[in-house]
Amino acid sequence: MTVAIVGAAESDLGLVAPGLTPTDLMAQASLRALEDCGLATGDVDGLYAASTQLPWASLNLGEALGVREARTHDSTMIGGGSPIAHLAHARAAIARGDCEVALIAYGSTQRSVGRDRASVQEVSPWEAPYRPMLPLTAYALAAARHMHEYGTTPEQLAQVAVSARQWAQGNERAWTFGKGPLSVGEVLAAPRICDPLGVKDCCLLTDGGGALVVTSAERARTLRQPPVHLLGAGEASTHRHLSSMPSLTQTAAVQSGARAFAQARLTPADVTCVQLYDAFTITPVLFLEDLGFCAKGDGGPFVASGAIGPGGALPMNTNGGGLAYQHPGMYGLLLLIEAVRQVRSGAHDVVLAHGNGGVFSAQTTALLGSGAAA
Amino acid sequence: MESPAFTFAAHAARGELAYQVDAAGLPLWPPQVRGAGWRVSDGLGTVYATTTVRRPGEEPHDLSLVDLDEGVRLMSRIVGVAPEDVAIGMRVRLAWDGEVPVFVEDVAQGAGLPGANAPGAPSPAPDSA
Repeated sequence: MTVAIVGAAESDLGLVAPGLTPTDLMAQASLRALEDCGLATGDVDGLYAASTQLPWASLNLGEALGVREARTHDSTMIGGGSPIAHLAHARAAIARGDCEVALIAYGSTQRSVGRDRASVQEVSPWEAPYRPMLPLTAYALAAARHMHEYGTTPEQLAQVAVSARQWAQGNERAWTFGKGPLSVGEVLAAPRICDPLGVKDCCLLTDGGGALVVTSAERARTLRQPPVHLLGAGEASTHRHLSSMPSLTQTAAVQSGARAFAQARLTPADVTCVQLYDAFTITPVLFLEDLGFCAKGDGGPFVASGAIGPGGALPMNTNGGGLAYQHPGMYGLLLLIEAVRQVRSGAHDVVLAHGNGGVFSAQTTALLGSGAAA
Repeated sequence: MESPAFTFAAHAARGELAYQVDAAGLPLWPPQVRGAGWRVSDGLGTVYATTTVRRPGEEPHDLSLVDLDEGVRLMSRIVGVAPEDVAIGMRVRLAWDGEVPVFVEDVAQGAGLPGANAPGAPSPAPDSA
């Protein structure tokens, strides 16, 4: 059985009104996503949510919406890319008959309450004495190693942030909308936090949330919006803490991507737009390599070529991404919403959405497509 | 079952950097329940990745991943040199900051200044960053 995303919406974003909670934002986005597809809360029988602020996220979601008929729940927490795992799990649940309409939601007030309160880090006792600034330190180490092995330069990494800012200028919901372009020089001149990464190599810190409604492709045909089909999905993980990562220059996106492509019977050449989790400038560089869009080690030149920006051959993070649009603690759900929008726009038949969790710990890949691709 | 962390700490109290091997003899890190036996490292290794951590209002400090010659990779700190001067590929040897393993550049093996830190010379004092 195939499934489709039939409803998608963001909650309020950026800096939300005082007193709003992560659950409020999940609920707001969910009501908007249900409105988007013409379903009601009474239709929802599968609840999927995770948040650093809500260990019991799926139950909070159901309560906030008044859902009384939930038959399956999933609060799987594997970091920022969790919503892509939820999407894969919802597909399985719908195929099994465990639910018919799955609601996947996310909410965070990370900007309002502060990062230290919103995202308590699980620090390994074997790493804590060395005082890493997690997760940034982990990504800085990976960037340093990638530079050492492949000659990747700070200028190339900066181009990821420059491109994100360019895309964000076309998205009025972006935190940096209207702030104008960002130059490579500005990225490099920003204060370093963990060498080689500086302030402008890091994602934004915002509030926000989102929701998706997922159902069978058959039921999707009866609903308001053109279905966005889940063509393939893959998960993979290799570690929790950075010291246990097998290689700092190759992520489990190799495996998650291969699984998604195999299911979809597609290759990277079939993908015309990508949404790649950009918590830091180094992350999409690795994912472009590991997902097969360029050779290992060529990610730096690839992003510096202009391919990922407006007018480029492989539009990437077309909403501005976590670097320039929004990054409310975990970005995976907003990333999926943008992938849905790109398919709905008619501009792209196949869009790849890739999520990252922890310190390159968990990787999740989804291939979304139009009716033409399904 | 004794806590693997306690076994490690007992070794560390004797100045030994202990690590485990699995049933096939492959090195494991960090200390964990599936370990099949303990070994003591010779304390020599190579910097695999490095960063300088710059917290606002604090002195910058090094944070590196070190590959021990026995095949263990652990997070640590290189002391005795400016954090910016720590480089990937640098040969390092074990020092201690209390019972926390840190490393110093192993000039006898590496390409550092001749004469400094010759074998048998005392380790530079670990910094307090």
